[in-house]
Amino acid sequence: MTEPKTNTELTHPELAAIEVDGTERSDVLMKGALAAGAVFGLGAIGPFVRKAMAANGSKGDIEILNYALTLEYLESAFYAEALKKAGLSGDLKQLVTTISTDEDAHVKALTQTIKDLGGKPVKAPRVEFPYSDTAGFTALAETIENVGVSAYNGAAPMISSKDVLEAAGSIVQVEARHAAAIALQNGNQPAPDAFDKPMTEAQVLKAVQPFLVS
Amino acid sequence: MAATRQRSTEEKEEQEQQEGFGRSGVSRRQLVSMAGGSVALGAFLAACGSDDSDSGSDSMSNGSGTTGTSDSSMSDDSTAQFGEGDIGIMNYALTLEYLETAFYEDVAKSGLFKGSDLETIRKFGSQEAEHVAALTAAVKKAGGKPAAKPKTEFPLNNAKQVLRLASTVENLGAAAYLGQAARIQSPDVLAAALSIHSVEGRHAAALNTLLGKTPVPDGPFAAPAPAAMVLNAVQPFIVS
Repeated sequence: MTEPKTNTELTHPELAAIEVDGTERSDVLMKGALAAGAVFGLGAIGPFVRKAMAANGSKGDIEILNYALTLEYLESAFYAEALKKAGLSGDLKQLVTTISTDEDAHVKALTQTIKDLGGKPVKAPRVEFPYSDTAGFTALAETIENVGVSAYNGAAPMISSKDVLEAAGSIVQVEARHAAAIALQNGNQPAPDAFDKPMTEAQVLKAVQPFLVS
Repeated sequence: MAATRQRSTEEKEEQEQQEGFGRSGVSRRQLVSMAGGSVALGAFLAACGSDDSDSGSDSMSNGSGTTGTSDSSMSDDSTAQFGEGDIGIMNYALTLEYLETAFYEDVAKSGLFKGSDLETIRKFGSQEAEHVAALTAAVKKAGGKPAAKPKTEFPLNNAKQVLRLASTVENLGAAAYLGQAARIQSPDVLAAALSIHSVEGRHAAALNTLLGKTPVPDGPFAAPAPAAMVLNAVQPFIVS
């Protein structure tokens, strides 16, 4: 059950995973519905979403996992670099070390899960991060973690497999915890809203675009 | 029953899970149905009593998150007492959100906190109240009857104990949502639950940080908690 490559995947493997609409997935409707539901997360998504999801099967799950893997690769590289370059010390260094370990574990688990499902894990994207000091790093970290939370929350309802869904839930909670811990470092609210708004793949792609080098 | 042997099996399973979720799902599930949930509960309660010197009347104040939990989907039907399917799950969540809201209200009134700590408590409390409102509306929309607000009572003796209790409640709340995610049928209910779940995780991490504990007590993968375990853990705070 190997995942056939799409054109995008061949030319820009790092973008394939975060492409808005895979041609195979009939998910234009689904994304519109999820975007509508994203306003509050309640009520707006109709039963047709379930049908669309049922049609996806685990092929859709592999795409979603590769999308998540791309983001985890990005986070993993971000923290690995910061531990060398961001001039961290004390509690912050300890926190970043913990987060870095978590992101590495996410990469490993997602890679293995994709393989177990018969898919092909995407390669690590080439990345660069625009900060020049510790404060710049922690500000960017808060943004990246919040995007991560919203990305998982947006993609998770499209997951077919209960095991994969539970895994995604387990990871997103950890991303939310990272976001809160970093926000406290920045003197910001650890939980700015009562509901973490989901983001569509298109929104996430736009948000991480500045960090992807092609 | 040999709880320790069970526990070490679970740890091994957890390790396997970190290597690949898809592969170990079945065995974890089988394990849970064999254990019937009671072993996980025992492990949780044992963990709660392990690291506290001044826990006193607070029976669940370890504040470092839930431990010893296991795969909760499918075999966890304790939400049925709140209604069938998604309605039962939402009413279960609503009950927990009522409890959290009441807790923060009591804490805010206790006079134990001021300044930025009090602000944080009020903020978290108002977010829990928003969760109550959203879940109440969602249960009604699904044609169900929202669960009644439970009468609650919390031990509020000193600031540190209260923070520990808050941390425990929030870590448990986050684990409770995670425990239900895979059982939810409706994608819109799932999306709503997820948008609350990560906020509970944020609260838990913030409180852990205030207590000088790690924001990620379960490591890279947050552990789910089955409803039976959660309900048992909050039982001491529900008066009627």
